[in-house]
Amino acid sequence: MMMKKKRRSKFQATKINPSRFHPVQIRYLLVLLPISLVMLLPLLFIFNHALKPFEELFAFPPRFLVKNPTLVNFRNLFALTGTSGIPMSRYLFNSLIVTILVIVISILISTMAGYALSKLNFKGKRLLNEINTIALMFVGVAVTIPRYLIIEKLGLIDSFWIHVLPYLAIPVGLFLVKQFIDQIPSDLIDAARIDGANDWQIYRKIVVPLIKPAIATIMILSFQTVWNSADTSATYINTDSLKTFAFYMGTLTTNTNAVAGQGMAAAASLIMFVPNLIIFIILQSKVIDTMAHSGIK
Amino acid sequence: MKRFFSKIASIFKSKKTVRDRNPIAYAFVFPYVLMFLIFIVIPVVAAIMLAFTYFDTVRAPTLVGFENFINILTNDQEFMQYVIPNTLKYAIIVGPGGYILSFLLAWLLAQVTPKVRTVLALIIYSPSLTAGVTMAVLWKVIFAGDETGYLNMFLLNLGFINEPIAWLTSKEYLMPIMIGVTLWSSMGVGFLAMLAGILNVNQDLYEAGYIDGIKNKFQEMIYITIPTIKPQMLFGAVMAIVGTFGASGIGVALSGSNPTPQYAGQLIVNHIEFFGFTKYEMGYAAALSVILLLIVYFVSRFAFRLFGSKDE
Repeated sequence: MMMKKKRRSKFQATKINPSRFHPVQIRYLLVLLPISLVMLLPLLFIFNHALKPFEELFAFPPRFLVKNPTLVNFRNLFALTGTSGIPMSRYLFNSLIVTILVIVISILISTMAGYALSKLNFKGKRLLNEINTIALMFVGVAVTIPRYLIIEKLGLIDSFWIHVLPYLAIPVGLFLVKQFIDQIPSDLIDAARIDGANDWQIYRKIVVPLIKPAIATIMILSFQTVWNSADTSATYINTDSLKTFAFYMGTLTTNTNAVAGQGMAAAASLIMFVPNLIIFIILQSKVIDTMAHSGIK
Repeated sequence: MKRFFSKIASIFKSKKTVRDRNPIAYAFVFPYVLMFLIFIVIPVVAAIMLAFTYFDTVRAPTLVGFENFINILTNDQEFMQYVIPNTLKYAIIVGPGGYILSFLLAWLLAQVTPKVRTVLALIIYSPSLTAGVTMAVLWKVIFAGDETGYLNMFLLNLGFINEPIAWLTSKEYLMPIMIGVTLWSSMGVGFLAMLAGILNVNQDLYEAGYIDGIKNKFQEMIYITIPTIKPQMLFGAVMAIVGTFGASGIGVALSGSNPTPQYAGQLIVNHIEFFGFTKYEMGYAAALSVILLLIVYFVSRFAFRLFGSKDE
C-alpha cells in the first residue's frame, strides 16, 4: 500500500508543463538530448563548413570542425558574378524585396479576410470557410502546369510580380488567423460599433493589435515559403537580373562539383538559413501561442 | 463523402441571417479571394479539365476522354514500376513516421521545464526551416561518392566498408537517404501545433484522471492528452500528409537529375514535372496531378475520420 502510494505521487510529480526541475524529468531528457544532438549535427556541420579555408575544405581525411575559421568563402561569394555578369548582391536584393512585399501584403489580406470570416456576416461565408479548409490539403506543386498556363495567359511570365502574387493567398495562414480572431469576444466588437466605429476602424484599432501572435505566425510561414523558393525563378523568370538568391544558390550547388565552389555553396546555404532562424527565434513564443488555436474542429 | 456533399448543400440553403449581412465584408475578403481563385482554385479546375485532353502547348488541346488516365494505369511502365511503389514507400515511412515522431517529441518536450524546452524545441524545429533543398550542398558533401565524403570516410575508418559507396547515385541508397533527410526536417508547423496543444491541456483534466485511476504516463497520454488535443492532432496530420505528398525536390536535388538514377528516387511530383516540362505532354501531366490531388484528399479524409469531431 505504502509502495503504491509512493509510486503514484512520483509519476504525478512530472506534470505536463512543469515549472520546476524534478529528477523524474531526467529520463525524458535522456531521450530528448541525443535526438536533439542528431538534429543539430547537420546544422553545426554547415556552419563549420562555411567557415573553412580552402585547405580545410579538401583536407584528407576530412574534418568535421573548422580549425582556422575564415570569412573567405563569404568574400568569394560576394565577389562572384553570375554567368551573365550579374553580381550576387543583385539576387540577394531581389530576394529581400520579394520577401518583404509578400510578407506585408499577405498579412494584410489574410487578416482582413480573417476578420470578415470570423466576425462579419455575408453570403458565401460558410462556403469560403469550407473551401479554405479543404485548401489546407492543397499541394501546390501538383498544379505547376495549369498554373504556368494561367500565368502565361495573364502575361506575367518574366515579370517581377510573379515572385509575389502566387504566394499571397496562404490557406494555412488564413485558417490560423480566423481561428485566432474567433477568440476575440464579439461583445468587444459590438461595443466599438455602438461607439460609432466602422469596420475598418474596428479592424485597425481592435482586431489587429489583439492578433499579433497570429500575424507573427503568418510572417514566419510566408517568409519560409518565399525566401526558400527557387521554383518561381526557375519556372516563370527568364531574365537573369530578376531571379532570386534561392535560385542562384541552387545553380551554385549544381554547377560546382568543381571543388572551389563548395565553400561558397556552404556560405550561401548559411545566408539562406540564418535569417529563417533569427526570425523564428524572435517570434517563437508568439507562434506557439497561435498554434494553440490551430485545431481543426 | 455523402456527408460532405450534404454539408456543402446545407451551406447554400442557409438563409437565416439575411438581415445581418454586411456588404462591407466583401471588401475585406475580396483581395484574398481574388488571389485564392487565381492561384489555387482555377489551377485545380484547369488541371481537372486538361486531364481529359491531349495538349502539347503548341496546338490547342483536343479532348481525349479518359485516355490519359487509362494510359497512366496500363501503359506507363515507369509509373507502375517505380513511381507508385516509391511514392507509397516514401509516404508511408515519412508520413505516419514523421507524424508519430513529431507527436512523441512534442509530448516529451512538454514534460520538461520551459527554458530547456524552448532551446530543445528550437533545435528540433530548425531543420524544417531549411526546406530540404537549400541544404543540398550539405548532403552532397556528407554523402559524396568518393573517399572525400564524410560518411564514406567514417565507414572506411571503422572498417565497415572496403571501398567508397556512391550513395546518391545508387539505386539502393538514394531512397533511404531521401527518407532520412526528410524525417530530419519534418518537425515543422504540425509539430509546433501539437506542442502548443499539449501545453494547453487543462491541468484539472489530469487531476480528474488520477482520481479515475490513471496509473502511468502512457495511460495519461492515451486517455487524456490525445483525446483533448484531437483538433491539433488533425491539423498536424493534414500538414504531414500535404508535406509528404508534395515533397518533390529532394530526390532530384540530391542526385542532381530528373529522372533520378534508375528511377530510384522518382516520386509522383517528379513524374508530373518530367512529363510537363521535359516531354511537354501537358494533358498527361494534368491527369497525374489530378490523381495526386485525389490521393491527398482521400488520405486527409481518413485523418478527419480518425481525429475529427463526432458531430461533423
